[in-house]
Amino acid sequence: MSDHEYTPNSKFGKWFNDRLPLLTLSNHLSDYPTPKNLNYWWTFGGILTFCLIAQIITGIILAMHYVAQADLAFESVEHIMRDVNYGWLIRYFHANGSSMFFLAVYIHIFRSLYYGSHKSPREVIWIIGMIIYFLMMMTAFMGYVLPWGQMSFWAATVITNLFSAVPFIGEGITNWLWGGFAVDSPTLTRFYALHYLFPFLILGLVILHIWALHIPGNNNPIGIDIKSPSKDTVPFHPYIVVKDLFALLIFLIIFAFFVFYSPNLLGHPDNYIEANPMVTPNHIVPEWYLLPFYAILRSIPDKLFGVIAMFASIFVLVILPWLDTSKVRSAIFRPLYKQFYWFLVADVLILGYVGAMPAEGLYLLVARVATAYYFIHFLIILPVLGQKEKTLEVPLSLTDPVLGGSTNDSLMSEQKKN
Amino acid sequence: MSEEKKTKRRDFIFTASYALGAVGVGATVWPLIDQMNPDASVKALATTEVDVSTIERGQSISVLWRGKPVFIRRRTEEEIAKAREVDLKELKHPEKDEDRARNPEWLVMLGVCTHLGCVPLGDKGEYGGWFCPCHGSHYDTSGRIRKGPAPTNMEIPKYEFVNSNTIKIG
Repeated sequence: MSDHEYTPNSKFGKWFNDRLPLLTLSNHLSDYPTPKNLNYWWTFGGILTFCLIAQIITGIILAMHYVAQADLAFESVEHIMRDVNYGWLIRYFHANGSSMFFLAVYIHIFRSLYYGSHKSPREVIWIIGMIIYFLMMMTAFMGYVLPWGQMSFWAATVITNLFSAVPFIGEGITNWLWGGFAVDSPTLTRFYALHYLFPFLILGLVILHIWALHIPGNNNPIGIDIKSPSKDTVPFHPYIVVKDLFALLIFLIIFAFFVFYSPNLLGHPDNYIEANPMVTPNHIVPEWYLLPFYAILRSIPDKLFGVIAMFASIFVLVILPWLDTSKVRSAIFRPLYKQFYWFLVADVLILGYVGAMPAEGLYLLVARVATAYYFIHFLIILPVLGQKEKTLEVPLSLTDPVLGGSTNDSLMSEQKKN
Repeated sequence: MSEEKKTKRRDFIFTASYALGAVGVGATVWPLIDQMNPDASVKALATTEVDVSTIERGQSISVLWRGKPVFIRRRTEEEIAKAREVDLKELKHPEKDEDRARNPEWLVMLGVCTHLGCVPLGDKGEYGGWFCPCHGSHYDTSGRIRKGPAPTNMEIPKYEFVNSNTIKIG
C-alpha cells in the first residue's frame, strides 16, 4: 500500500528483485500502514495463522505414524500415544490445537461483527473468511473421525447421513461418500486423504484473505475510513508484530494449560472405545465448536428442514454484508446494535449449551426459541436497524476526539457540507 | 458484421467442438468420481446367513450385514397384537405389520434409525419397540416410526427362510 517504489540496497537484491519482486512484497508487508488504535481483539489474525501452521506441522508428523485403515487406525493412535517418541505431546497438541483454532476463529469472527469489519469495502475478505471457516469445520470433522473411536464412527455416521435428507438421490450420495453401505474402512481412508488436503486449501485461502485485506487496509475500533499512510497509521513492523507476538504468548499459555494439564477435557471418553458399528453410544455429541449448529439441526422436527436450517445458519453469515445495512461500521456508535450484538452472543452460547444436552423437554423448547432468534437477528433485526437506528456522531479521524480535524480530506469536506 | 446474422461454417465448428469437448471432459471426470462408489469387494459381501434356532420368544439378536446391524426379533403374542391393531391413519409412514413381517413371529429389519443412521435401543421408547438415543425417535413393535425426527419406518431388507432355523439376508 505504500506509494513509494522500493529498491533493495544490495546489488544482488536488486538483480533478484527485478526478476522476482519478493523483496518488494516483504517490504510491503513490513511497512504496511496499520491503524494506530487497533486493540487486542485485532491480534487474532496472527494467532490464527500460528494455529494453522502448527496444525499443519503436527499433522504431517502424526501422518508419519498413523494408519488410515479401519482395523489398524485405533491401534495406531494408541501406538502414537504410547510408543512414538513424544507422540503423546504431538497428538495432544494437534487435538487441542483444533479447539484452540476454533476458539480463536470465533473471537476473530465476533470481533468483525462488533466493529463492522464485514461491511463495504471488505465484503470479499469476509466471504473468503467464511469459506475458510466452513473448510475448517469440514477438516476438523474429518480429523475427529481418524482415531476411529466410538465418537469418531458415530459422528461420521450422523454427519454423512445428513446428505440422505436430499430427496431422491440422498441414498446414492451417502453410499458414494462412504464407498460402501455404511461408514467403514473406505470412508476412513478417503477422510484421511481429504483431511490432509484441506489445510493446504485453507492456507491458500488465508493468503487471498490477507491479500484482500491489504487492498482497503484494516478496519479499526472506530470503524472509520482512514488515510494511509498518515498520522493515523503505524507500520506493521515492528508495532503490530510485537503486539501480535505478545498476544500469541498469552494465547500459548492457555493452549499449554490444556495440552499439559487437561488434554482430554475437551474430548469425549467414549472415543477411547474402538469403533463398533453395532452399538451407538447413549449420548452422542459433536465437538464443542460445532454444538450451536447441532442444536439448530435438532430443533427442527423434520429431517430435511433440519438439515436445511443448519446449512442456512452458515449461509446467512455469508450474505451478512448485505443484511447489515447500517452505514456506520463500529458498534461503538450504534447504541441499539450494541445491545443486539450481545443478545446474539448469548443466543449462540445458549445454542451451544442446549446442543450438548439431550433433545427433549425444556432443552428442546429453549433450542427452538434460540434457533428462531438466531435467524430473526440476521434476517429481520439487522436490516431494520440499518434503517431505523439513530447512530451517534462518528469522529473524523482517530485523533479527532483529542486534536480535531482529520487526515482524510473527503471526510472533512463531507462534514463541512453537513 | 452489421449485416443479418447468418449461421456460418465457423459457428457450426465452434458448437461442434464445444459439444465434443464437453463429452470428452465428462468421460474423463466420471472415473474420478465413480471410484468413490462401493467397490466390487464391498458389493461381494452382499448376503449373510444366520442361525436363529436359539432365539426364544421376546428375544432379539443383531447381526452385521453390509456394515450395518440387522435386528432379528422373535416377537411375543402381545407385541404382534400391539403392532397389528394400530390404525394406519395414526402412522407417519403407513405400512401394515403384515407386510413388514410376513411370518408374524419374526421381525427382520435394518437396525438403523432412518433419521441420521444411529442404532436404536431395543425394548425402549413410548411404543414398546425401539428408541434412538441420538435424536429421540420412537419406533413401535413393528419398527415403524411413531414419534421424533425420523422420516420413515426402519427398513426391511430382502431376506428369506432357507429352512426353519436359518435366515438368509440379502
